[in-house]
Amino acid sequence: MDLIESYAQDLQLMRKTWTKVWVMGVIVTLAMLPWFASEHAVYLATLVAMYTIGVQGQNLLIGYTGQISFGQAGFLCVGAYSFGHLSRMGVPWPLALPAAGLITALFGVVVGFPSLRLKGPYLAVATLGFGIAVYQIFVNSTLLSGGRMGLAVTKLSPLWGLSSVNLSYYLNFGVALLFTLATYNIVSSYLGRAFVAIRDNDIAAEIMGVDLARYKLLVFAVSSFYLGVQAGLYALLLGYLEPNMFTFSETITFLVAGIVGGLASVEGAMLGAAFVVVVPFVFSGLKQAVPALFGTAVILVLLFEPGGLAGCWAKTRAYFRQWPFR
Amino acid sequence: MALLSIDNLSIRFGGVQALSDIALEVQSQQIVTIIGPNGSGKTTLFNCISAVYRPQLGRILFYGEDLLSLATHRVAQRGVARTFQNLRLFMHMTVLDNLLLGRHIKFNKNPWHAVFRLRKEEIKHRRVVEELIDFLQLEAYRKTRVSDCPYGVQKIAELGRALALEPKLLMLDEPFSGLTAEEKHEVAYLIHEIRGRFKPAILLVEHDLRLASTLADTMVALVSGKKVAMGSPPAVLNAPEVVSAYIGGA
Repeated sequence: MDLIESYAQDLQLMRKTWTKVWVMGVIVTLAMLPWFASEHAVYLATLVAMYTIGVQGQNLLIGYTGQISFGQAGFLCVGAYSFGHLSRMGVPWPLALPAAGLITALFGVVVGFPSLRLKGPYLAVATLGFGIAVYQIFVNSTLLSGGRMGLAVTKLSPLWGLSSVNLSYYLNFGVALLFTLATYNIVSSYLGRAFVAIRDNDIAAEIMGVDLARYKLLVFAVSSFYLGVQAGLYALLLGYLEPNMFTFSETITFLVAGIVGGLASVEGAMLGAAFVVVVPFVFSGLKQAVPALFGTAVILVLLFEPGGLAGCWAKTRAYFRQWPFR
Repeated sequence: MALLSIDNLSIRFGGVQALSDIALEVQSQQIVTIIGPNGSGKTTLFNCISAVYRPQLGRILFYGEDLLSLATHRVAQRGVARTFQNLRLFMHMTVLDNLLLGRHIKFNKNPWHAVFRLRKEEIKHRRVVEELIDFLQLEAYRKTRVSDCPYGVQKIAELGRALALEPKLLMLDEPFSGLTAEEKHEVAYLIHEIRGRFKPAILLVEHDLRLASTLADTMVALVSGKKVAMGSPPAVLNAPEVVSAYIGGA
């Protein structure tokens, strides 16, 4: 019997005991991954956790607020190089990581300004311009990009008896967990409601007293913060940066993750991140096929399950909840 | 002092003079109905008041403050709420969330409370909204997505969203359109109830002249963007300009 007795109970993140149990189970299993999985699997999981952060941020912007942006690669580039230069200046990574996020958020606000005037495809093209401009600036500026040799960043040194692979995994997993929690909290609050209201009907939102300019700029800032932190983690993991990591294809990877995972769904962002990391790994012997696979996946999702993997997940759950009735 | 006083309001779109020299006063707790044939500028007038359109001439004073100098989202903060002719609900949100969004201006907005899941404000406003849900009898649809609700429920939900703002001026753009005869009477009753309970002034656009005249304290008739009659419902309905606009004249 599922009886809600107070509004506070209704607003809990996980209300049912069963949900708590299996979510805890998943988290504990993931935390124990290095014990039973191969080093390569742990590395893949590190990447999935990392991408979860950025896709989550993109999802707030595109999925929840409906501001279509093609500037993800640009934000990643800004975030990664902010982190790189800060850590070369001797800033320790726990400080450089949020700093990289904040710098990227600042860029997010600037890029967000066109969104006050532009909608839909027009905004997409404006942000696409940003993504490409950032890439070009970094390619052509040795000072910023670190030149032909790339920018070397100090990697994580092994700590507390953990190998560097496992340490990176725990770092990325922990940060991803924090950002996922934050996303759940944001989308279920007045902020999330304002974001969805702007997406569903901006005129009505404005007439109900939602300050469009403030919330659009805010969501650009928040989503770029996520992307900046992911980029910082990326730099820390690879220990080396070059502008070619941030071409338009990186934006496409993010969009594929967003769409295949399912827009406007936190679970969708996680599943999408897993998709874009695992598929290239599975088809690593057939690298040329990966873009085609991504394209096919997007078409299939849009045709048959616009909710993406998260939509499938929700439908499966609904099926079992109502079983044997339908 | 009048709650809302409109003076010399004129707006044109390209070659079309949508409203010319409109003057109108609404006293607090009064129901004013605006009638007129299609294209006579009723909705345009609403859009001017809620600052969606910016008229070229005129003043719209609300408690003595000119609404035309305000940004659109500030008009809501002054206590003006409205519904729309072709529902403008947030289709992917639940009925409950739509009503909670109506409370947006009343929220003590702290982003950190959102991020760290401090829900005191949410619970406070949830209480208010639940009372509205009770009043509008939307309990069964509380957690249903608006796009999955029947049309009549959507109309009531939109009314609820406007009420959640605790408006001093409630503007209803064709609240009876698309409803069955039964639902029409329910909504008419509801409008009466709302005035008694929440005490807003109500500005109403309606095509159903019988309902419009039973509800109205004052009636205003617009024809081709001009105010042709204003006064008690029978007087306005019998004014020669109104008769000729509706059924043609010699």
